[in-house]
Amino acid sequence: MEITRPTSLSEALDARAQDPGADLLAGGTDLMVEVNFGLAKPEHVIALRRIDEIGEVEDRRIGAGVTWARLEESDHRALAQLSRTVGSPQIRAAGTIGGNIGTASPAGDGLPWLAAVDAEIEVASQARGTRRLRWDEFFTGVKRNALEPDEVIVAAVLPERVPSNQHFAKIGQRSAMVISTVSAVVVRDDDGSVRVALGSVAPTPIRALAAEQLINENPQPTDEVLAEFARTVSAEVTPITDHRSTESYRRHAAGVLARRLLERCLAS
Amino acid sequence: MIVSFTVNGEERIANVSGPESLLTVLREELGLPGSKNACEQGECGSCAVVLDGAVVTSCLVMAADCEGSEVTTVEGIGSDRELHAVQQALLDHGAVQCGFCTPGFVVTAAHLFEENPHPSSDEIKEALSGNICRCTGYGAIARALEELAEGTA
Ligand SMILES: Cc1cc2nc3c(=O)[nH]c(=O)nc-3n(C[C@H](O)[C@H](O)[C@H](O)COP(=O)(O)OP(=O)(O)OC[C@H]3O[C@@H](n4cnc5c(N)ncnc54)[C@H](O)[C@@H]3O)c2cc1C
Ligand code: FES
Ligand code: FES
Repeated sequence: MEITRPTSLSEALDARAQDPGADLLAGGTDLMVEVNFGLAKPEHVIALRRIDEIGEVEDRRIGAGVTWARLEESDHRALAQLSRTVGSPQIRAAGTIGGNIGTASPAGDGLPWLAAVDAEIEVASQARGTRRLRWDEFFTGVKRNALEPDEVIVAAVLPERVPSNQHFAKIGQRSAMVISTVSAVVVRDDDGSVRVALGSVAPTPIRALAAEQLINENPQPTDEVLAEFARTVSAEVTPITDHRSTESYRRHAAGVLARRLLERCLAS
Repeated sequence: MIVSFTVNGEERIANVSGPESLLTVLREELGLPGSKNACEQGECGSCAVVLDGAVVTSCLVMAADCEGSEVTTVEGIGSDRELHAVQQALLDHGAVQCGFCTPGFVVTAAHLFEENPHPSSDEIKEALSGNICRCTGYGAIARALEELAEGTA
């Protein structure tokens, strides 16, 4: 096996251009599980952790190389909340948001937040420079995304204004080290409009647009509207049955979780 | 490929051929079998080491990516003559049964106490939430570290 350890983004893009088949390595918490189980046999690895340019958090940018341990301190409340639920302290010290985006698992806990705040994913290549894709253009299916073989994920780019009233929660089988059965983020703006995103209930993170619409029309929802909101969320998701849970439980839990988070937003 | 890095304060060189983990290289190349291999999927913490200032699961670190890094394993904590305070506390409280998980607990707890000499009970539990013990039921481990945190161990 060959390894390239670039110390700048341009070196990384150079290496990627020369060998588009190479595997990118950030914290390794997804890739090394595959290696250890014989599912991945990388021949050329491009290791990204020495690239400062992708390791910074700025105003509207979260570098791909930023770890969950750092995002636990984020000013974005739901991002900090979800970061604290990823794996364990050891996993959060190594795992990055860029790796979460790269893996594009339906259960990736960072993804519903990116959907809820309408983030863009910034990617770069040597041949075509930088491009930005909306989150729903980037995530294309179960563990599939729109990254081209010569590209690297650079950052998640946030819109100019991100409402501070936001909450995350996930359901799993226990509290530590658990892959989400359902996860959700609700963001509420000062004008009462909301955005509702869910994970683990579809091939990609999704927004519950009909449920959002219902609250946008009823910004001070009564109990009946809240119950209708939960039913609407449950109707909008398209979960599957697998070894972690069933389709019907996930559907039910998605509605319950979204309603609970909306109530938290309304109370704060 | 040759990878050079610092392990427990010593310059070490490892011959790495593939994508194998730091854990494999520590145990099989460098004669440091203290870090234990249990799950190889980041779930149990028995392979925990300090890598460049943070505790990570060494089974998920690609050894080839450790060039220039600084690693502390359980072998680098305490000495034959004098145990580290965390080791002594675990011993005093009978917090070890089969001992397979113990190196991971020692590395993780020693790092916690280095950063925060008086962690709360919740902080201790949070720091150790990635370390699984199949024997003790955790009670003795938690009591040992809580007393150490209070300075009464
Ligand atoms: C025990 C355990 C518990 C976990 N718990 C959770 C959890 O609770 N929630 C959760 O969401 N995830 C969890 N995970 C999964 C994993 O930790 C996360 O997905 C993490 O964010 C992956 O980041 P990484 O840097 O380790 O990725 P890596 O393994 O380094 O990379 C993952 C993938 O992304 C690609 N990639 C990485 N960086 C880039 C980049 N800059 N540009 C393009 N592609 C890139 C890689 O090529 C690879 O395909 C867990 C994993 C383990 C082992
Ligand atoms: S062997 Fe590494 S976490 Fe279990
Ligand atoms: S003492 Fe046996 S696994 Fe912890």
